[in-house]
Amino acid sequence: MSATPVLALRGISKRFGAVQALTDVELEIHPGEVVALVGDNGAGKSTLVKTIAGVGPADEGTVEWDGRPVRIERPHDAQQLGIATVYQDLALCDNLDVVGNLFLGNEIKARTILNEVEMERRARELLSTLSIRIPSVRVPVASLSGGQRQTVAIARSLLGEPRVVILDEPTAALGVEQTAQVLDLVERLRERDLAVLLISHNMADVRAVSDRVAVLRLGRNNGTFTVSETTQEEIVSAITGATDNVVTRRNARTAQNASTKEVQK
Amino acid sequence: MTTGTPTEGTPTDGTPVDVTKTPDGTSDGAAAPEAPAATVDPRLLVRQQGFAGYLEDLLRRLRTGELGSIPVIVGLLVIGVVFQLQDSAFLSANNLSNLFVQSAGTGLIAVGIVFVLILGEIDLSVGSVSGMSAAVLAVLNINHGMNEVLAVLLAILTGMAAGAVHGFFFARIGVPAFVVTLAGLLGWNGLMLQILGPSGTINLDDDGVVAHLTNYYFSDKAAAMGLATVCVVAFLGFSLLDQRRRKAADVPSRPLSEILLRTAVLAIPAYAAAAVFNSYKGLPMAVVIFLGVVVLGDFVLRRTSYGRQVFAVGGSSEAAGRAGINVPMVRITVYAIAGTMAAVGGLFFASQINAANQSSGAGSLLMNCIAAAVIGGTSLFGGRGKTWSALLGALVIQSINSGMALLGTGSALRDMITGAVLLAAVVIDSVSRRTQKTAGRA
Repeated sequence: MSATPVLALRGISKRFGAVQALTDVELEIHPGEVVALVGDNGAGKSTLVKTIAGVGPADEGTVEWDGRPVRIERPHDAQQLGIATVYQDLALCDNLDVVGNLFLGNEIKARTILNEVEMERRARELLSTLSIRIPSVRVPVASLSGGQRQTVAIARSLLGEPRVVILDEPTAALGVEQTAQVLDLVERLRERDLAVLLISHNMADVRAVSDRVAVLRLGRNNGTFTVSETTQEEIVSAITGATDNVVTRRNARTAQNASTKEVQK
Repeated sequence: MTTGTPTEGTPTDGTPVDVTKTPDGTSDGAAAPEAPAATVDPRLLVRQQGFAGYLEDLLRRLRTGELGSIPVIVGLLVIGVVFQLQDSAFLSANNLSNLFVQSAGTGLIAVGIVFVLILGEIDLSVGSVSGMSAAVLAVLNINHGMNEVLAVLLAILTGMAAGAVHGFFFARIGVPAFVVTLAGLLGWNGLMLQILGPSGTINLDDDGVVAHLTNYYFSDKAAAMGLATVCVVAFLGFSLLDQRRRKAADVPSRPLSEILLRTAVLAIPAYAAAAVFNSYKGLPMAVVIFLGVVVLGDFVLRRTSYGRQVFAVGGSSEAAGRAGINVPMVRITVYAIAGTMAAVGGLFFASQINAANQSSGAGSLLMNCIAAAVIGGTSLFGGRGKTWSALLGALVIQSINSGMALLGTGSALRDMITGAVLLAAVVIDSVSRRTQKTAGRA
């Protein structure tokens, strides 16, 4: 892991009218690292992703790319930097084949005439380096399973040679084996030295592939954990705020009182 | 450009092909670190090599509801046999030749409808737009004495502008296309009546460009045979070129036997049609123009990035927008294409009666054009379609018209039968779509 994060968020804040969606959020992602962004509904995950993807720029705070501050005002800016976002509702056209979808909006062409042969060759090459198994790159995407569609959507984001890939709920609504396919793919992205930001509600998936977990709660950072040194309970309690309620505060207070008494004795 | 079937053609870009690469796949090592054969899921259907694989693949596609053009071709054969049994004049060279010429107008408008249907929308205004373009031509050329070619161009531009107006209200303002083009249906018809003025009918020059659209024949026998040969040779040539490029790039290609079979399947109707034309007046110019438009439309749809954008918007406008496609621009241009083709078709109809009158573009014309596109196999549900369906569908409609006219049954029975054929086509579309869904292909 390199010392400088490829992408770092410093003190990001965002308001929607009367709602303070994000307050002073910090986040760092290094190349070859999978960072999971978790939090309950309304914790600000989507808002944070939108600030990175350029869909909804932050009100305050800075975004650093390779240690230098940059401005991401539009989706185009994010793509230029090398940030690819794969949204939850897959952006695929059912009636086009795999090649057509992979290169949609980005076709290889001479003047306006498509070079199908070259696109097919590149598609097969890309899918095989990612070990994505698809019956044929010429079948319509509609005939693929949910997991295969998700892997095609992720592969599509890789065509622009990004350095940071943001995956929004990539395993939602997938079966056991299909989830495994997607998680395998996430690990291969890490092997290719990409930085991956994984947004997920599924603790098992998060613990399976990510190196660090960043927890958001009510629009604030609520701890960053290294997965190998953390139990699932600790992460869950950070998400739900179980460490921050009447019971825990009382426990903490009595424990503190007890220790001060010990000292006084 | 003159590849002649609804299936694979070849891009004609100038990308150099690496022919030094061995075609047997031994050069694959660097590109694909893992041998694909080892990782293939055993449940996946892998197509066998060679001709057996082609046959097996074809049969599987038929079973899973990918019928393509087969229902309409079967329908054409049935129509031919039935009418021939009723009246032996039906399959005469004279009748067939006229039938082809008369189907050009409907077919040209249907090409525009195919573009709109792929977008998953509808255009109800094409009948009125075709009538308006004929009126514009007649008024400019006859009443104002403008040069005929210039008048033709202006008439076609009028149609393009009308289509672009529909597209603008649909794509930018967000009015449903059904309503916009319904307004166009009424509005452009009114404008046509306004342009034609009190007389109501303007006769065209008997020997002008527009009259020649449907009454000029290349009487030299070499013309029809030559066109058929050019189509067949071009198809074979582009198929072989495509196969070589695919082999060089090490992606799956069609076996030689399949290419030869496809070429033969194209050659039979091409030469048969040429023989029919030659035993009447020769190759009709209307057929040449119609075929040219169909081939050009097919090329644009399947081989250019614009065509890919049209299909993408038809499949999912949301996904297309996220991929950076200018969705409103695609929609506006597609409606402009539909308007352009409607105007061109209108000139062919004007050519047939050699006049523009108040009933131009009225009656069953609109329904016939939409029916032609659907009967030919373009899906009403969007995202799928070919310009070739306009050709096949227009032939079906015109065959029914022509057969009924021969039998002297009148328009009552003709309309009922055309309606039944349209219903059958939509039922086949819906059922094949459902079968494809259960077979996981739609």
